[in-house]
Amino acid sequence: MAARVRALETILTKKGLIDPAAIDVIVDTYETKVGPRNGAAVVAKAWSDRDYADWLKRDATAAIASLGFTGRQGEHMQAVFNTDDTHNLVVCTLCSCYPWSVLGLPPVWYKAPPYRSRAVIDPRGVIEEFGVTLPADKKIRVWDSTAELRYLVVPQRPEGTDGLSEAQLADLVTRDSMIGTGLAKGAA
Amino acid sequence: MSRYEGRLPVGADGLDAPVFAEPWQAEAFAIVVALHERGLFTWAEWAERLSSEVKRPEAATDGSDYYERWLAALERLMADKGLAGHDEVDAMAAAWERAAHATPHGKPIALENDPERN
Repeated sequence: MAARVRALETILTKKGLIDPAAIDVIVDTYETKVGPRNGAAVVAKAWSDRDYADWLKRDATAAIASLGFTGRQGEHMQAVFNTDDTHNLVVCTLCSCYPWSVLGLPPVWYKAPPYRSRAVIDPRGVIEEFGVTLPADKKIRVWDSTAELRYLVVPQRPEGTDGLSEAQLADLVTRDSMIGTGLAKGAA
Repeated sequence: MSRYEGRLPVGADGLDAPVFAEPWQAEAFAIVVALHERGLFTWAEWAERLSSEVKRPEAATDGSDYYERWLAALERLMADKGLAGHDEVDAMAAAWERAAHATPHGKPIALENDPERN
């Protein structure tokens, strides 16, 4: 695999289609700069600031970009808010479309065929496999991502977190809680 | 049991989990991002290519070969667009393999070290 990738890189560089330095920058960005901490910052701000939460609901692409997180594929973002009545779960049944700018690259299970098909057929069972049991009367909405539209779940703010700062709140937001296969952590 | 059933490969939910298992995965990923930014294809076109690769019957059910599929989609797309043919990639990959064997341990591998280079 390594030799084939290197071969492609050599051929495309010789043709002037890619620049090895730019490739290194992209790798570094996704390895160290873009990740679920971005999404956690968005969620923590939405929990702390009602105006921001409203903006996020209306125009997630702009509200997220205002924190410096912008997509590279020109995709639109939609934030889906968990409530007492409804839990949201995100999947990409087609392949692995994922909100890179706020969550980084997807975990292995998100890209695996069982999740891609079962999230739609049996979302409650899938969520249980992640160790989360939702109340039987809670509705689950499943959102199927596309190349053009990606979803960010805004989990419910945990009880007993009234006095926490945005940074402290961000620590309670897990990656899975922003996909819908988890909940935010309780206050310590 | 179909490949779409079975348990999920649920792993750690860390915010700092490693993104790529091996360096070539990162490079293959970045090449696609760079070519897209150059306007050689739309992201929808890429998603469709990747989708048909991950749906092949031989694809792993646990998603563990995701970047192998990613690379296969990239190679097919490059061949179809006439940017890098399969034979051209084969030949260049073989040259890199020979160069790697001919390079002393601890030294960076350079294509110039391919003994069959002309």
